[in-house]
Amino acid sequence: MGKATEWFRRTFHRMGSPRWFFAGSRGWMLGLYLVGGTLIAIGSAWGLGFAPTDRLQGDSYRILYVHVPAAHLAEAVYVAIAIAGAVHLVWRMKMADLAIAAAAPVGMTLTAAALATGYIWGIPTWGTGWVWDARTTSMLVLLFLYFGLIALRQAVPRADRAALAVSVLAIVGVVNIPIIKYSVDWFTTLHQPASIRIGERPSIDPSMLWPLAVNALGYYLFLVGVVIAALRAKIIEREAKADWVRTWVQTR
Amino acid sequence: MNAFATEFRRDLAIWARHGAETMNPIAFFALAAFLLGLGLGQSTSRLDDAAGGALWVLALFANVLAVEGLFSRDREDGSLEQLLLHGKPLFAALLGKVAAHWIVSGLPIAALSPLVALLVDLPPSGMYVLALTLLLGTPTLALVGAIGAALVAGTGRGGLLVALLVMPLYVPTLLFGSGAAMTALGGGDPSAELLWLAALLALSITLAPFGIGAALRVGQEY
Repeated sequence: MGKATEWFRRTFHRMGSPRWFFAGSRGWMLGLYLVGGTLIAIGSAWGLGFAPTDRLQGDSYRILYVHVPAAHLAEAVYVAIAIAGAVHLVWRMKMADLAIAAAAPVGMTLTAAALATGYIWGIPTWGTGWVWDARTTSMLVLLFLYFGLIALRQAVPRADRAALAVSVLAIVGVVNIPIIKYSVDWFTTLHQPASIRIGERPSIDPSMLWPLAVNALGYYLFLVGVVIAALRAKIIEREAKADWVRTWVQTR
Repeated sequence: MNAFATEFRRDLAIWARHGAETMNPIAFFALAAFLLGLGLGQSTSRLDDAAGGALWVLALFANVLAVEGLFSRDREDGSLEQLLLHGKPLFAALLGKVAAHWIVSGLPIAALSPLVALLVDLPPSGMYVLALTLLLGTPTLALVGAIGAALVAGTGRGGLLVALLVMPLYVPTLLFGSGAAMTALGGGDPSAELLWLAALLALSITLAPFGIGAALRVGQEY
């Protein structure tokens, strides 16, 4: 076995230990906050203040710099949750479940943010906030899937059993996401007359794309920081009876 | 196949002994359609071509309500535990259970939907397509719903939670089901949507029993 695999193995096993993760993650969290926050500040200032005005949409398009990263992340977080669910079911890794518990509210908030910014953006550009378009509809379904994950966890009294049930549900959900997406896509293109063509954005100019890329990267990094922070809180909550948590609390 | 037949026959026999209870889903469906017509001010013409979609949503609700208790009786008397332990193929056994459940809950709704459609003045052209879509769609609903029912089987809370978990997953079936009915009402050819419904059914027959099984194993230990 090579050195790299050995390193990976050790890190993977350590990640499985809440205690090790808690001790080692504070630096990552702060670093991610710093780098992600800086990138968001740069990207937002660039996008809101310096990127050119859109010929058709005027300044209203600038909500894109919030809307697109939020929508992307909302979907990415669900896929990450499903992967964590599979890891949890196969290896019974406690950390994977804690990660799901930490990430689900964050993902739900992002989905709500994507829907809200989309609604606000839709009023000046489409003339209406909500349309039964493929993208908006599947985003709303995603919001309901997040609701389900959170509600199921609350409904099962024992934390470790709730974790297994949530893992199964996350996997069932991720199998369904492409089916829902395609069915909604197919359905709306078949039935909705071509009043508004959405989803077929003209290729975006680099002067608008770059701030978006910076912002999206910033959102990604910052989000990982937020999830780590939530994960640390979950670790303290779940391991409240462990000795190391007690000493940690007392030394503060 | 043996495990399938055993569970199928057993569950049907149990249902047969609870005669009146088997009427609940179809009674709910008819009552809900009645309330829908009444709520819209007895002027069914206001529903027009939306009637197909409205009946599909009602059928979906009837399905959620029916599927919720799919495992509760077996859980109470311990036979669910035996099912998970007895070593026969769980996939086939669960498929048999869901099939028996569908015979009681989905099939009557599909078969009697033309009668219920009279309440909302659905034209005959849409009536038969509606029945056909329900025939193809309700087994998918039952299979997917059974995953949700299995997940909450041990929690002691049913109803709303099962609905919350499975209704987002019903979206494709609802879209193609009501889509086919509306296409037919508009004079179009609904075969594309019907084929999609059949494809969804094939997919859920092959995949859903794994989900149900995993959910039951987890739920057994609550």
